Amino acid sequence: MKFSRLSYATGFVLSLGLTSAAFLLVWRQTNSDSTAFSEKFLITWVIALALAQLFTQLVFFLHLGRERSPRWNLTVLSFAALVVLILVLGSLWIMNNLNYHQANEMTPAETDKYILEDEGIH
Amino acid sequence: MKEEEMASATAESKTVFGFWVYLMTDCVLFASLFATFVVLRNNTYGGPSGQDLFSLSFVLSETIILLVSSFSIGLAWLAAREGNKRPVLSFMALTFLLGLAFLTLEIKEFNHLYQEGNSWRRSGFLSAFFTLVGTHGAHITAGLIWMATMMVLIYRRGIYATNVRRVTMLALFWHFLDVIWIFIFSIVYLMGIIG
Repeated sequence: MKFSRLSYATGFVLSLGLTSAAFLLVWRQTNSDSTAFSEKFLITWVIALALAQLFTQLVFFLHLGRERSPRWNLTVLSFAALVVLILVLGSLWIMNNLNYHQANEMTPAETDKYILEDEGIH
Repeated sequence: MKEEEMASATAESKTVFGFWVYLMTDCVLFASLFATFVVLRNNTYGGPSGQDLFSLSFVLSETIILLVSSFSIGLAWLAAREGNKRPVLSFMALTFLLGLAFLTLEIKEFNHLYQEGNSWRRSGFLSAFFTLVGTHGAHITAGLIWMATMMVLIYRRGIYATNVRRVTMLALFWHFLDVIWIFIFSIVYLMGIIG
């Protein structure tokens, strides 16, 4: 197995580029009068750039994909990724749902009415 | 001789694998803190939100410092594998200084927030913020102590198989902290500034 300075330098330059891209996207939003991007668009791109940088660093800094089979490092990483996804997405799902079902400062009757109307149930 | 070398290679890969498993469980710890943060990020209880508190240029400098330090610990590790003592020590010293600069900036930010009355007691958002970013900072502190110890050890005893293995794990740890920071940068700061 050969690890070169070139692979580190590649990872470094790519990471720098991805960080700057995410930064500029948000910086442009806060510093320009021209029509801004929508919040949803920005959040999607910031997350996408972060994930791209995660993979960049996994490959070039942590040398994933360089190990010989059986790839136990990759196996443990995949399991951790699964747990992370369940934990984060599950928490968001449950908490947003709870939040929705006890809409702020409404009586239970008002909440019921709100939800029935919101979901088009009559 | 050949057999001995193979045995030592297996020992090395087992130790490093064990450390990798620890890092992955640390991922789960950070995931729960991220989940808490994302759930609570709008619960400001009438207090300031991320938009009011965070400075884009400040957090960019923190990010760049940590990224450069991640690069330089990689170079230190490569030098250690090649058995060159001096470059290992100088790259580690560089990483240490950058890590220290990062930590100083973070403590400065925390202190500033605290002085202005925006401590962890202010709102759910700030509690989650301090817990998540503070846990990362605690890891950085541990990494710096480890790095200082490693530098003394290498300076006094030189480079041998066990030391190379230790440097490998230290480098993994430091890269891992940079990966976590990407998500703190994106989710806490950038998304906080977006709104």
